[in-house]
Amino acid sequence: MAEIVLRDIEKYFGDNYVIRKLNLTIAHKEFVVLLGPSGCGKTTTLRAIAGLEEIDSGDILIDGKPVQGLQAGERDIAFVFQLFALYPHLTAYDNIAFPLRATRESRSEVDAKVRAVAHSLQIEHLLSRRPSHLSGGDMQRVAIGRALVRRPKAMLMDEPIGALDAKLREEMRTELKRLHLENDQTTVYVTHDQVEAMSLADRIAIMNEGVLQQVGTPEDVYQYPANLFVAQFVGSPVMNITKAKLDADGARTKVMLAEGAAAFDFPPDLEQRIASAGRPSSDLVLGIRPEGVLVSRGEADGHIPVEAHIIEPLGAYDIVDLKVGSEFLRARTTSGFVGKPGDTVWAKLDQSQTHFFDSGSGDAINVRLG
Amino acid sequence: MAHIRLDRVTKIFGGTTAVRDLSLDVENGEFFVLLGPTGAGKTTTLRLIAGLEKPTSGTIAIGGEDVREWSAAERDVALVFQYYSLYPRYTVYQNLAFPLKSRARHYSAEEIEERVHKAAQTLRIDHLLDRKTDKLSGGEMQRVSIGRAIVREPKAFLMDEPLSNLDAKLREALRSELKDLQMKLGATFLFVTHDQIEAMSMGDKVGVLNKGRIVQVGKPQEIYNAPRDVFVAGFVGSPAMNLLAGEVRGGRVSAMSGKVEVPLNGAAGKPSSGRRAVTVGIRSEDISVGPDEAVEARVHDVENHGVEKIVTLRVDEHLFRATVPATVAVNVESPVKFSFNPSKLHCFDRSTGANLAFSA
Repeated sequence: MAEIVLRDIEKYFGDNYVIRKLNLTIAHKEFVVLLGPSGCGKTTTLRAIAGLEEIDSGDILIDGKPVQGLQAGERDIAFVFQLFALYPHLTAYDNIAFPLRATRESRSEVDAKVRAVAHSLQIEHLLSRRPSHLSGGDMQRVAIGRALVRRPKAMLMDEPIGALDAKLREEMRTELKRLHLENDQTTVYVTHDQVEAMSLADRIAIMNEGVLQQVGTPEDVYQYPANLFVAQFVGSPVMNITKAKLDADGARTKVMLAEGAAAFDFPPDLEQRIASAGRPSSDLVLGIRPEGVLVSRGEADGHIPVEAHIIEPLGAYDIVDLKVGSEFLRARTTSGFVGKPGDTVWAKLDQSQTHFFDSGSGDAINVRLG
Repeated sequence: MAHIRLDRVTKIFGGTTAVRDLSLDVENGEFFVLLGPTGAGKTTTLRLIAGLEKPTSGTIAIGGEDVREWSAAERDVALVFQYYSLYPRYTVYQNLAFPLKSRARHYSAEEIEERVHKAAQTLRIDHLLDRKTDKLSGGEMQRVSIGRAIVREPKAFLMDEPLSNLDAKLREALRSELKDLQMKLGATFLFVTHDQIEAMSMGDKVGVLNKGRIVQVGKPQEIYNAPRDVFVAGFVGSPAMNLLAGEVRGGRVSAMSGKVEVPLNGAAGKPSSGRRAVTVGIRSEDISVGPDEAVEARVHDVENHGVEKIVTLRVDEHLFRATVPATVAVNVESPVKFSFNPSKLHCFDRSTGANLAFSA
């Protein structure tokens, strides 16, 4: 068992909060990713769990027991850093076996454990090599092996694949995920890369400026972002965000974008629904992901004509900038769908993928359409 | 005119050949991207064009003139680097005006003023002109260094990974800004990057470099849909193209120890009389997953990317990736069925790596 509970954690340097009233429960066997930009407090949080950093108030509980009084070594947690931190003079085998030195296990027990870990990481053939003769990916595999070999209650990882190149990161993502499935260790993983977070996590905890913004499954945070920060931090290309005004005449409601340069039909009761969600409908911000902007080559019901600007061909699909007044709406289309910049196409917003936010607080207005 | 032409250029440093027999044509007004991994020779190529290095052999022409004897300054090209290299004690205005104040250029005060304001407007940094550069964000600093290149109105812009130091969101935003800028200026851009998304999204044309050689030049779609060899196939596209050991036998292609077999599409190569060992390439979006597909596999891993899911499938010990819509429910270790789309399949010679569609 290894359930980690963070209760009202605070940490500050002088007047600056690094972590503010953080509450988070990481369930036994769960893979939780702390996601946020640099300086958001995610690494400090991870280091506090590990016992490498003191907190100023609040409680950290592992399996129900407060651990603030325990040294890092007594918490039975393994830590993997972005930089490999291997002993350069030891072979991969000895690096992995190192944490077992103090355990007074017999040589054959140690050997069995090292080989089992090496097998699951597929580095058995590299065990006799020194770190200087390993590639970046293999070094990180060895570092992970060293963390795993003790069978710790929990694994904490701080951007463990951040230093690897793009292709290797893709491969390592899958390996890390499989490893977690096989070993069932509670894992807390820190990254600033939303793709990594989305692909690895059971749940993502998004932080900004020391404050937890939202905790949820990848589907949750992608489809129902709690505020503008989450909406724009998760997803690539970034969600379109634009000021919106409602124009209702009882029978229908139009959502006006870019100072009225574009008007899209929405359900007549939209204004009412926004009002009953408890927010004023004056300063509205509309958010829609590129795949929620539907594009047609010809006139179509509910679509408005727009001019295509830059087309980014990304291989499997294109991202097309559509000129709406002085702004752009980015749409995701099939590859080659829009011929060239300057072409006129017709666009509409998929209502089920349209989000509304309060421009003042940045909070999402909980109206789900379609 | 800023047509840039490299003809059989080789550059050797000591015993290392950084650029080998490289020929390249960048048209006037074109956004050309040189794409390749670290050490491919991209930056050396850029420095050769800028006049910061001399080629060991071969010729470089700018605007139709051989520039062998021209100094870097005479070539009238602007370089923008990954690191901004701005003057920290100067304001944005002073940084932008600096390249115009050189005695060789003789610009009047009014002309300098006008050019600086025009560049600042284009890059939307006109509100920052009085700010010292150490008070700017990374994105603003990179805009200023691009501005410093623009004010001179050079024949061509050479950019060496200018976005690499910025965070993901900013990179995305600056990608479109740079492309927009290039279209507005109608200028020749030669842009170097190791990031295939930057290359695909900005380039009118992309040249893929590997080990000092140009492997393929083409429009982004051509590079993506018709890679000349297995290197380009694996380097361009995310997730990377699945590359699996297979063979061509008569008019059929098989992969994964014969578990998958499809007719050889004419576009992927000619039928082979005997057996031919190949590497079979197929992109994740060209694999269909569903109850009515042909071959059984286990789900090895599921990655949620929001708009879609990328699933790693396993057949025996073979792993490959397929893209499915976000709404499809898939669970790790559950059985699924899949098919390869035969018309989207590539065959590469196992030993040379060449795409059979382009060779015998």
